[in-house]
Amino acid sequence: MGDIIVEDGSRDGIDRRGFLKCMAWVGTGVVCVVEGGILNSRALGALTNAATGAAIGSGKGRGGARGGFSFAQISDSHIGFSKEANKNVVATLQVAVDKLNALPDQPDFIIHTGDLSHLSKPEEFDTLAQVLRGLKVGQVFYVPGEHDVINDDGKLYRERFAPGSRGGGWFSFDHQGVHFVGLVNVLDLKAGGLGSLGREQLEWLEADLKGKRSSTPIVVFAHVPLWTVYPEWGWGTEDSGQALGYLRRFGSVTVLNGHIHQVLQKVEGKVAFHTACSTAFPQPKPGAAPSPGPMKVPEGELRNLLGVRDVTFVPGDRTLAVVDSSLAQPGWGQAALAVRDRPSLAG
Amino acid sequence: MTSRKGALLVLLFTIAALAARPGATADPPAAPKGGAAQVTIDNFTFKPATITVPAGTTVTWTNRDDMPHTVVADDRSFRSVALDTDESFAHTFTAPGTYPYFCSIHASMVGKVIVTKP
Repeated sequence: MGDIIVEDGSRDGIDRRGFLKCMAWVGTGVVCVVEGGILNSRALGALTNAATGAAIGSGKGRGGARGGFSFAQISDSHIGFSKEANKNVVATLQVAVDKLNALPDQPDFIIHTGDLSHLSKPEEFDTLAQVLRGLKVGQVFYVPGEHDVINDDGKLYRERFAPGSRGGGWFSFDHQGVHFVGLVNVLDLKAGGLGSLGREQLEWLEADLKGKRSSTPIVVFAHVPLWTVYPEWGWGTEDSGQALGYLRRFGSVTVLNGHIHQVLQKVEGKVAFHTACSTAFPQPKPGAAPSPGPMKVPEGELRNLLGVRDVTFVPGDRTLAVVDSSLAQPGWGQAALAVRDRPSLAG
Repeated sequence: MTSRKGALLVLLFTIAALAARPGATADPPAAPKGGAAQVTIDNFTFKPATITVPAGTTVTWTNRDDMPHTVVADDRSFRSVALDTDESFAHTFTAPGTYPYFCSIHASMVGKVIVTKP
C-alpha cells in the first residue's frame, strides 16, 4: 500500500493515513471533498453541519443556487466485456444512468472519460450510445480510452463521439466561466511507454490556454491519469509534465481521469487529480496483483466497487466539490446533497 | 495385435496433427520446432519475452488474459488486430534480424523475436 502515492509532493495537504482512509471507503459510499488543498473524506450519511452538529442535506444551497453548476463523470464502461468480473456490463451502465437520472438537480452535462467499448467494435459503440440516450441530461462529452482506438487509431470513435474535435479527438469549451479541456493520451503509444499526449496536442493545449486569465477555473479530463500513479502498469502519461506546466499559472485546476477503475485522489499545489470508478469492473490497487487485469469479486460486492461521480462548481471557491458514489448506493442520499452545500462543511 | 497397432498409429497421427496445428491449445515449448514457435500472453506479459527462431519460423501469439492485447512491431512491420481471450495471431519471419514488438493497448508490455539464419 505504501507505493500508492508515487509522487507525493509531501506538501499537498494529504497525509498517507488520511489518503488510505479515503481509499478504504471507496465503494461503500464515500465522499471525498477537497477544500483549500486539503482532502477530507467522510462516509455517506455521516455528514453533519459543523456549526450546529445537525444532519444536513436539504438540497438547498446547491451550486446552482449560488450561481454555480454541476456536471457528472462516468468512465470505463467497456461495452463488449463479458468475462467473470462482470458478465453484464450493459446492466451496470444502465444502473449508472439511472443513478445520474436520480440526481434531484440534474447536472448541466456528463463527461465520459473513455473506454466506452471493450474492443472498438461498431456494435459496442451502438450499445453504449443507446444506453446513454436514456440519460435525462442531453449533452455528453467524450474522450477515448485505449480500448476505443484499437484497430483504426480511433477513426470510428471520433466520427461517432467527437465529430467536432481536433487531431486525435481533443477539444475545449467554456461553461459558465469554467474552461473545460478534453485530452487524448491513448494514441501513438511507444513500446515500453506510458500514456502519451504528443507534440501536436501539447502545442494545441498551450495555444488554447494562452488567452485565458489565470483566475479562470480549469477542468481537464483525459482517460489515462495525468499523474504517475503506477508506471509498472502503465498508469501514467509520459509527457503530462509539459501539459501541467501550461496549467501551473491557473489558480484552480481539476484533473479528472479514468483507466484504473478505482478512485484515487491527489492534490499538488493548485491542481487536484481524481481518478474515477468504472461502470464495468474493478481493477486491483496498484501493485496488489500480478497484473492490472479485471478483478473478480464475490457476487453481490461488484456494484460496491463501481460508481459514478458528481462534481459541483461554485464561483469563488478555488476547489470543486467531487462526490463519488457507488452503484450499490441507492440514489445519492442526503450526504451527497450536503457535500454540494459546501459552506456547511467549511467549519 | 494388428488392430491395437493400428489404433496406436492413429493416436500417434492425431497427436502429431494436433501439435502441428497453429495456435494449438497445448502449451508447446517456446523453442522452435519444425518452423513453428509459440508465445503466450498471460498477466499482461509476453512469455517468453524474448524468443530466438531460425528464419522461416512462424511465431504464434495466443492471449490467455481476460483483457484484449495486440502484437505490434516497433517498426510496424507486423501488426495484429485486437486479440480477445484465447485468440491468436501468427507471423512468419523470413529475414534474420531482431524484431522488438509491444502491445499497442498496454504499451508497457514488450517482447522481442530474434531471427537467426536457417
